[in-house]
Amino acid sequence: MLNYLARRLAFGAAVLIGTSLITFLIAFVVPADPAVTIAGAKADPQTIALIRSQYGLDRPLYVQYWRYAERAAHGDLGRSFVRRQSVTRLIVDRLPATALLAVSAMAASLVIGIAMGVTAAAYNGRPVDDALLILALTLVSMPVFWLGTMLLVTGGLYFKSFPLGGLAGPKSLVLPTLTLALGSAGYYSRILHNNLAEVLGQDYIRTARGKGVSRRETMTRHAMANALLPLITLAGLDFAGLLSGVVLTETVFNWPGIGRLAFEAIFNLDIPLIMGTVMFSAFLIVVANVAVDLLYAWLDPRIRLESA
Amino acid sequence: MRSPAGAMELIGALMVGSLLLIALLAPQLAPHDPARAVADSFGDPAAPSVSFPLGTDELGRDVLSRIIYGARVSATVGLAAMTVMMTIGVAIGLASGFFGGAIDFALMRLTDVMLALPALLLAMAMVAILSPSLFGILLVIGLVSWTSVARVIRAETLSLSQRDFVTAARSLGASPLRLITHHVMPNVIPTIIVMAALGTSTTLLLDAGLSFLGLGVPPPTPSWGRMVEESTIYFRTAPWMAAFPGLAILYAVLGFNLLGYGFLRRHSRRA
Repeated sequence: MLNYLARRLAFGAAVLIGTSLITFLIAFVVPADPAVTIAGAKADPQTIALIRSQYGLDRPLYVQYWRYAERAAHGDLGRSFVRRQSVTRLIVDRLPATALLAVSAMAASLVIGIAMGVTAAAYNGRPVDDALLILALTLVSMPVFWLGTMLLVTGGLYFKSFPLGGLAGPKSLVLPTLTLALGSAGYYSRILHNNLAEVLGQDYIRTARGKGVSRRETMTRHAMANALLPLITLAGLDFAGLLSGVVLTETVFNWPGIGRLAFEAIFNLDIPLIMGTVMFSAFLIVVANVAVDLLYAWLDPRIRLESA
Repeated sequence: MRSPAGAMELIGALMVGSLLLIALLAPQLAPHDPARAVADSFGDPAAPSVSFPLGTDELGRDVLSRIIYGARVSATVGLAAMTVMMTIGVAIGLASGFFGGAIDFALMRLTDVMLALPALLLAMAMVAILSPSLFGILLVIGLVSWTSVARVIRAETLSLSQRDFVTAARSLGASPLRLITHHVMPNVIPTIIVMAALGTSTTLLLDAGLSFLGLGVPPPTPSWGRMVEESTIYFRTAPWMAAFPGLAILYAVLGFNLLGYGFLRRHSRRA
């Protein structure tokens, strides 16, 4: 198990180095001169030269990358060009709003997705199953910004039951949560349905039914235990994605989270902040990957024994 | 016996076909010029009526005509970005699965890295830095979305290249290129079709998201995502302006999803 843990951690570190290289390349190699981006197109040569030396942009690229990577490893993602604040600080300040939405959206998508998946599997091949399949595909196909806008129009304007945006009290959480949850719920329900269909055909289920265990109990106690496993991987990675900020949903609901921060950074071409939000997101995904692998190994002895 | 998978595939094909037809025949189908004010409703979008079935926008342009023309942008970007995505994904998957060893290791680590990067954020940053153009956008969307294709194709190639018919061809002296193109590739085609259909729904949604954020194809070309965005300040008085272009996106994405999943289900049942 320790060996497995060490290998997963090394893998995570390697992926992070790779992501930092790609982000660095996009941010610093593609635009002709980052100093001009910072100073603005109309800046005089002296200012540009000053900025260049201030930000270390006159050094060779590998030196710049090394300095960036060294600081990033210590949690320092540089300073925002536009806001003149620490990028790490800016992200940490926005984290609570994003985390609140992430937890609530994850919970809602799992509850709705599992309910839909189990119902579909229980009625396998019957009209209810087909209807749920169409519903799931429709939910997955909805553009999230449009779903959010429509929920705002109906829930916020027409019924006036919910605020029109921003973070203020539990009510303001409802519409953004639904916006994020419905699409993933559709997806989870299909995955769970497929897993359940596969598991329900296995011998141990037949044995349980043969011994007189009720249909309901085989489903909830025997089949679900195995069918839910693959969902953990998906949900874990999705949660990391939610935690790193959701640009479209936060834009629709004017939510003060990391997604809005990233959006502003991109519009201002604030390169340290762009790189910071991308790296933060990659970091969470890598952590989630390792966490999911470990959780999996703990829940499923077959994986643990195979790697030992 | 009824077959929901077959029905899904047929409905999906009809939806995709109609989308392409609308895109192709936009000048004949659109009742008005999409880029010109045809109603005197400046600053005050008009509700759906007989002459403007889906209403007009704040500049007096016909929403229906704009949606019909928007199909051109969506279909072009969606399909072209899908082609970029499939080309990269299939090439990496085939090479990785067929050659194995160091090539496989290097390509799969690259895939892991790309998978860890947030697709929409990366696409936004790249489009903003490269400045938006039709070509730039479809390239960027393809570049950020090939990872799952590469993984699936690699897995299939890996198991195929160990099968007897490939070993037989190899021992008869077939070159690696011939083995890939004549023996492995034809057996991966069904998977490629599924991933191409499902991939188009991904590229369509990414394109719509970028457009909504103002990073899509520049105006005045009508694009569905930007139409939803432009309508948000009017949704108090003119909710239809946001509703219809979004339904158009849903229609296109759902069509490709039905086509892909229907095909997948029909083939996995047969296997």
